[in-house]
Amino acid sequence: MLPPASQSASTPVVSIKDVTHRYRSVVALDGISLDIPSGRMVGIIGPDGVGKSTLMSLIAGSKKMQQGKVIVLDGDIADARHRGTVCPKIAYMPQGLGKNLYLELSVYENVDFMARLFGLSATERPIRVKELLDATGLGPFPERPAGKLSGGMKQKVGLCGALVHEPDLLILDEPTTGVDPLSRRQFWTLIDDIRKGRPSMSVVISTAYMDEAQQWDWIVAMDAGRVLATGTPAELMERTGTKDLEKCFIALLPEEKRSGHKELTIPPRTAAKSEIAIDAKGLTRRFGSFTAVDHVSLSIERGEIFGFLGSNGCGKSTTMKMLTGLLPPTEGTATLFGQSVEAGSLEVRKNLGYMTQAFSLYGELTVRQNLVLDARLYHIPSEKAKARIKELVEKFGLGPYLDSLASDLPLGMRQRLSLAVAVLHEPEMLILDEPTSGVDPVARDSFWELLIDLSRRQGVTIFVTTHFMNEGMRCDRISLMNAGKVLACDVPQKLIDERGAASLEDAFIGYMEDAIAGASPNGESKDKAATSTPSAGQSAAPPTPLEHRAGRFSLGRMLAYTANETMQIRRDPIRLAFAFIGSLLLMLVFGFGITTDVEHIRYASFDLDQSPESRTYLEQFAGSNRYFTETTPVYSADEALMRLQSNDVALVIEVPPDFGRDFCRGSKPDVSAQVDGANPFRGETVAQYAQGVNDTMLRDPASGLYTGPNKYTASIQERYMYNPTFESIYSIVPSIPALLLVLIPAILMAVSVVREKELGSIINFYVTPTGKMEYLLGKQIPYIVIGMINFFILALMARVVFGVPIKGSFLTLTLCTLLYLAATTGIGMMTSTFTSSQVAAVFVTAIITIVPTIQFSGLLQPVSTLEGNARIFGLIWPTTYYMHSSVGAYTKGLGPALMIPDIIFLSCCIPIFWAVSFAGLRKQEK
Amino acid sequence: MTTLLNILWLGLKEIRSLASDLVMIMFVIYAFTMAIYVQATGTSSEVNNASIAFVDEDGSALSKELFNAFYPPRFQVPEAITASEVEDAMDKGRFIFVVAIPNRFESDLRAGRHPDIQVNIDATAMQQAGIGANYIKNIINQRIATFLKRTDEMVREPVNLVVRMLFNPNGESAWFKSVVAIINQVTLLTIVLCGAAVIREREHGTLEHLLVMPLTAFEIAIAKVWANGLVILIATGASLFLIVQMALKVPFNGSVILWFVGVVLYLFFTTALGIFLGTSSRSMAQFALLIILVVVVLQLLSGGSTPVESQPQWLQYITFFLPSRHFVSFSQVIIYRGGGIRAVWPNFLMVGAIGLGFFVYSLVLFRKSIAVTK
Repeated sequence: MLPPASQSASTPVVSIKDVTHRYRSVVALDGISLDIPSGRMVGIIGPDGVGKSTLMSLIAGSKKMQQGKVIVLDGDIADARHRGTVCPKIAYMPQGLGKNLYLELSVYENVDFMARLFGLSATERPIRVKELLDATGLGPFPERPAGKLSGGMKQKVGLCGALVHEPDLLILDEPTTGVDPLSRRQFWTLIDDIRKGRPSMSVVISTAYMDEAQQWDWIVAMDAGRVLATGTPAELMERTGTKDLEKCFIALLPEEKRSGHKELTIPPRTAAKSEIAIDAKGLTRRFGSFTAVDHVSLSIERGEIFGFLGSNGCGKSTTMKMLTGLLPPTEGTATLFGQSVEAGSLEVRKNLGYMTQAFSLYGELTVRQNLVLDARLYHIPSEKAKARIKELVEKFGLGPYLDSLASDLPLGMRQRLSLAVAVLHEPEMLILDEPTSGVDPVARDSFWELLIDLSRRQGVTIFVTTHFMNEGMRCDRISLMNAGKVLACDVPQKLIDERGAASLEDAFIGYMEDAIAGASPNGESKDKAATSTPSAGQSAAPPTPLEHRAGRFSLGRMLAYTANETMQIRRDPIRLAFAFIGSLLLMLVFGFGITTDVEHIRYASFDLDQSPESRTYLEQFAGSNRYFTETTPVYSADEALMRLQSNDVALVIEVPPDFGRDFCRGSKPDVSAQVDGANPFRGETVAQYAQGVNDTMLRDPASGLYTGPNKYTASIQERYMYNPTFESIYSIVPSIPALLLVLIPAILMAVSVVREKELGSIINFYVTPTGKMEYLLGKQIPYIVIGMINFFILALMARVVFGVPIKGSFLTLTLCTLLYLAATTGIGMMTSTFTSSQVAAVFVTAIITIVPTIQFSGLLQPVSTLEGNARIFGLIWPTTYYMHSSVGAYTKGLGPALMIPDIIFLSCCIPIFWAVSFAGLRKQEK
Repeated sequence: MTTLLNILWLGLKEIRSLASDLVMIMFVIYAFTMAIYVQATGTSSEVNNASIAFVDEDGSALSKELFNAFYPPRFQVPEAITASEVEDAMDKGRFIFVVAIPNRFESDLRAGRHPDIQVNIDATAMQQAGIGANYIKNIINQRIATFLKRTDEMVREPVNLVVRMLFNPNGESAWFKSVVAIINQVTLLTIVLCGAAVIREREHGTLEHLLVMPLTAFEIAIAKVWANGLVILIATGASLFLIVQMALKVPFNGSVILWFVGVVLYLFFTTALGIFLGTSSRSMAQFALLIILVVVVLQLLSGGSTPVESQPQWLQYITFFLPSRHFVSFSQVIIYRGGGIRAVWPNFLMVGAIGLGFFVYSLVLFRKSIAVTK
């Protein structure tokens, strides 16, 4: 490793010592030591996966330090107290377009949210936010949801959020990846303007576009978790004797990585055949009102390498999908080799190799399995397939990886595998969607060697998209695309010459500006004018120092999260539907679906006696309509069994021969009741009803079979308390809210936290002064409110749909519900601390809440009958107590006094759940 | 022929993918072993360990005899409480049953009067109250009779109703619950596996990769159906033999093959449903939320938790279109009642018809959705 070539006179803003960071067995940072000078624009350059992002997030304090020491702004960033004091001085924008934005929230709301987290007052905020939006050219659309912005605009919103509190250290992780050249240039102008306003601010930026870093003050070149070199760009280029940073970077790479790399040369295309391979006319694709691709016409010759340049979201991929037949065009036609590409045409696809933007092979299969699968699906005869795979493996250098899982391959190798798979069936046409994004320059060059070989030697037509300008230069012809339109299409050098530009990028920007000038003045067209405003980033009155506001519990920050969460869920139809329609639907299903009432039992009589007495006996069953429904009698034992088997009847009453005679003689005959016992509860109930009919008949003087009172019998008075008609609806309906109000709020709460982990916006919690309690409580409040609304809806349904009113104290039950919801959302909070994907959060929370609620809380089996562990669990599970209150208030008519123990228990649960969640929630990424 | 081969290869790939998903495999294994055992042996719908108290105002030999007539496992050892405590104890949910024996009970009885015994029942404990009250009545009658007649002989009524429980003579709830548990797991797991397979393929972009190949949506979908269906079928078989038959000793009265034919028909429906949900949800998270709603409906209304006959009539017309209801129904017929094809063909027909209809619908949707994948 080379020592830092030029050391700044002032103390470094960041000082890194022996930092090593691992993800399981993968080493991301390998003993890095580095001093970053302050007040400079510092670039960290290197391809994907070399540890840039890890390093940035360690500096920002968003990731937990494993080994080594990082001093940021004169303090150890691993020290939580130091982080608390300096985090208002640091701004961090993570990698990924709009990664830390809330996509449902508008531009203004996003920036305002960050301002609230940094404790700006209600009067400061609108001024500051407006200032930033105007400076970044976002002023005209504060209401637009972040999810509907282009990549460049998202990055600007992110930048506004980062600058809202006037940081001393600005950390930007690949802010321009995937952004179109014009927006990119505007972004850098913006940063320059801001730095002019705050010269003391240090900026640390990472990028995979080496050419961008050319103008920066100081460069750190990284590879494989190590620092290759540091210094000013001029120094580095001089040292390596190269003319641009990309070549310089390659020269800095260790010997073994560079071996085999040579300057890429492209043999000129022999324009012998001029057969048209792709012919697209007026291709247009609309998604709703949004036009993704707007009248694109192309004509590509066989064997040509045709490049498609543009930013993310400009319509490149959509165009490709229309050409491959994946997506039917709204208007226009496309033909491949004269054949029309209609979605589903299998013939065309056999001639086509396609490599999608993201790695789209099966990561869980090995390299060989992936190749074999595709060979089979293309029906290449197995002998031929073997030979072909062998050939490709050799040519693409996949040999050493043949039996490793595709997901374990290094990025460059994965791209080669994708290409191998795409050309396996020897297609005449290859369509490649950003095949080299993120790949290091050496691997990129060798990938291009393969492409050139395919084109020049095998006559394969290649259609490739990229956002690397130097890759565009390698194509025979390119077309520049922006906002769904092709701006220009020609040989790259010609395009440059035509505009008299210095480079392809300048030419592209020129075309874009022309297009914007020609279009109506709306949308992003205002960006340019706005960004040149010199006042960018300089606020008239600097906000009050913010340090003192960190550390203590702040109601403002908590409410900021509450407001944020409320807005998000209100704009998410699926979660909203789950919250309200879900409980409505489940209430109906449970209410009507669970019942222990056994009524209208279908039975058949089997009368072997046919005497007046036997008929009288059987009539008694027919007489009790609520319980028994008579069906046609059976006449043989076989028939009886058959009908019981097929579930036609649940009971067969068999009166034996001579029943009448025996009865009259007083010799007490037997009658047999065959009961379907497949469902034991039902079978037992049926048997009891039958017994009941039998007993009543014998004691009823009017029945015709009365034989006088029995001596020595007590009269047993059964008193069905609380529910005199003994209909299960009065017991089930009040139990359902207890179940639903744990299930739904807990799941929603867990998802709300885990969703942030999954989407990345949790970084806002890591790098702002937000405390754990502020975060948790702020997020909990909306779900308690949702739960309360649900409670009222369910109470209304119980009354109106099921006719089960609340007999007891409604007010006390409402209080109980409030506490219960605080506890159940607390359960969701706890599960969110140890689950990392939304799916896991949903299932784990569902299982954790449903199982004990059904088994141990008294829903089906009263807690008083539980034994052992089940009993203990029943006694500590909050639902048990709410169940008691709910059934008590609805059906038993209990007053407030009897709910007090429930209230006390539930109140005790809440702080416990908070404490557990507090302990489990991390303030830094692991 | 090429279609068949494609389906075969794609299906094998599907199984390989699943095999590498350790969490999912563990989940499937757990769901078909432990979870079923626990559900089957967990809460019982039988009256078991029921809480009971006595208010004995008589204090006679007979009242003590009655007090001692209740013992575990069916009942807990009764507690003696006073009349004034009854209300409060019941409100707190301490007891399901409180038996009150009045003053001069024994002497009234001996005098040939018919004194009242009051049985207070917590009628919100639906599963225990009705059956339990009946037990209490029978036990009390029996004890009084034997006590006063000084004989242990059964007292015979003028007509004696002899109840024969068919198909599950001892009324063991584990028999019923284990099979219902399998049915529920089949429903849940097939939907999860199939839906996740669709979403995973879409989120990883591999679906696009398949679509540019000479494959049809039908081939892609049917491969998922057979592969995931097969996995569940094997798991179901293993669970039936290992857990239900060996561990829980539930007899299988009918034809095992016939039942599996039914399972295959049902799997056709659930895989189609999985593809449907996987296609219509935009992300795994939405899929998870949807599953909860759908599976709860399918399971609760199937007749596995409460008999279909107990549903309101209008609801029965709706649940008639739920294949899970027919699955529960034919499983009971085949497994307990030993019924043959003659008894179950209407169920089979219904499951097959709905499965097919749903499959066609899901396929159309799947095709449409991949046409507009962004």
